[in-house]
Amino acid sequence: MEALSRHYGPVVALDRLDLTLQPGELIVLLGPSGCGKTTTLRLLAGLEDADAGQIFVGGKDITRLPASKRDMGMVFQAYSLFPHMTVRQNVAFGLRLRRIGAAQRDKRAMEMLELVDLPTQADRYPHQLSGGQQQRVALARALAIEPQVLLLDEPLSALDAKVRAQLRDQIRRIQLEVGITTLFVTHDQEEALAIADRVGVMREGHIEQLAPPVEVYSRPATSFVAEFVGLTNRLVGEVRAGQLTVRGCTLPLVDRETPDGQVVALVRPEAVTLASHDAPESGLLVGTVIAVTFLGATSRVTVDLGDATILAQVTTADATALPAGSRVALTIRPDPVLVSASSDPAVSVAGDEA
Amino acid sequence: MAAVTALNESAAAASAGRTRGMQAGRRRRLNVFRYVVFTVFGLFFLLPLLAMLRFSLEGAKLGTWSLTAWRQIASYQNTGIPPLLSAIEITLELAVITCAVMLVLLVPTMIWVRLRVPWLARTIEVLCLLPLTIPSIVLVVGLGEIYNRIQHYSLSALMLFWVYVILALPYAYRALAAGLGAIDVTTLSEAARSLGASWFTVIVRVIAPNMRQSILNAVLLTWSLVLGEFTIAYLLLYTNLQVELYSISRNTPNAGVLFSTSFAALLFAFALLMILSYVGRRRRGRG
Repeated sequence: MEALSRHYGPVVALDRLDLTLQPGELIVLLGPSGCGKTTTLRLLAGLEDADAGQIFVGGKDITRLPASKRDMGMVFQAYSLFPHMTVRQNVAFGLRLRRIGAAQRDKRAMEMLELVDLPTQADRYPHQLSGGQQQRVALARALAIEPQVLLLDEPLSALDAKVRAQLRDQIRRIQLEVGITTLFVTHDQEEALAIADRVGVMREGHIEQLAPPVEVYSRPATSFVAEFVGLTNRLVGEVRAGQLTVRGCTLPLVDRETPDGQVVALVRPEAVTLASHDAPESGLLVGTVIAVTFLGATSRVTVDLGDATILAQVTTADATALPAGSRVALTIRPDPVLVSASSDPAVSVAGDEA
Repeated sequence: MAAVTALNESAAAASAGRTRGMQAGRRRRLNVFRYVVFTVFGLFFLLPLLAMLRFSLEGAKLGTWSLTAWRQIASYQNTGIPPLLSAIEITLELAVITCAVMLVLLVPTMIWVRLRVPWLARTIEVLCLLPLTIPSIVLVVGLGEIYNRIQHYSLSALMLFWVYVILALPYAYRALAAGLGAIDVTTLSEAARSLGASWFTVIVRVIAPNMRQSILNAVLLTWSLVLGEFTIAYLLLYTNLQVELYSISRNTPNAGVLFSTSFAALLFAFALLMILSYVGRRRRGRG
């Protein structure tokens, strides 16, 4: 997709977006509501027309091609199975439109149902299936026509958490098995980071960073990415001679060329370690625990530093030793830190190229 | 302490029991009310029908029974007027044609508007509901000139289907709109399009089959309207079933065939309703 733009009246949904998907790759577009991720998907599918820009698939310009001729498989957020058809008929629908013979159609439909582990449900109707099963059938239906690209528009949003996790992994397994180029749209970070080859974090119609999940998380290119993906502490610090000092801790910078001056350091909660501190302050960074949020294997501890609060992510076993009101000593792990100019927290200071 | 606890518990139990008793009493009174209303209105509707049925089975002598009036449906003929059976046939044909034209006109239009030009939906709704506000005599005056021209080409009462489609629009529109509202037309059409379906396939093979119940409802309403329509056919000088029955009543006011035919038409409409309900229930059970 080159320089794609789309407007809804005065609202800019996409602003000269460039995106290239490599064959067999799974790219996840991640972003808040209204960032343009679904619009990107729908433009690629042909369900909407771009105001400017071009779309190429396999070197062929498909910008003006109608949706029915684009040879893309799509799975929707809302349950999109045809209620009046059985599961088998749903999966075979695209094949029937392509005038494939009944026997071959049936064989292919069953192959797809086996791929999604639903061969025994072939003669049921959609309303007789659970939400997860319906989305798996929708996936089988999209794959049955052997599309060039698979498009998934928040397919897991309507499902409960456990089913979502299972289906997410299943989608990834199937995508790898089939080797199909896939564009997946979601607002759920965990989904994006768990299955993507590359994550595209979007904001206001353009991509802020497009990189593998590890890079997006640990080396965010902009403060928006740092704050949208995972939690981030914003701490005032100072840069001097290529080094950052935050609350008495000296930390390396992602961008060593950052000019001297006051900055806002973006520190991940898991980079903050806590220890019980009963002694009077002795130069260590010390604070008081305000709250402990249990998250399962880990817990999030909110610590009051006096003039700011900081979040730390620790194991639940460690957190139980730090009840609310207790004094703690904090250290920040010396990982490279992204900073933004303190005068404008939204301005990004680019690290490595995405 | 245990005694106080026991006292408290028994007081709570007594209070709960009183509440349950009041609720049961209220339910009983509500049921009695329902049965009374049902009986009164049931009798209000059923007694005339039973009287009509009894009259249609009346023999030549008072108090005797006879199937003559029912047998006459197929053979009754007033002097100078087409036979009753012919009027029945014309009306049934009119009903079929009107239903077909109405469905072919409305179903694709409503789906198309919903999918592609939703801003037109309100306009279509107003146009479709307009015939409800126009009295039949006004319609006849407006259509009189057109039907003068039509009668140059054909005197068949089947030509009434044009105006019956207009008359059926409000009822059919409402039935179909309810069906369209119950399905996610946009997602289904986008899913079908992404699989390679043309717009024709989307409408005919994806959306319309999911409107089956509402289409059946629209057919039932249209059918009932055509079977019972009198004013426009009479004023435009056509003979359909109701006009024929009226003519018979003018010439032979005590003809049992009037009642047997009317009751048969009613039975037919009920039978159609039962069939449609059965089909709809079966579809809901199956998928």
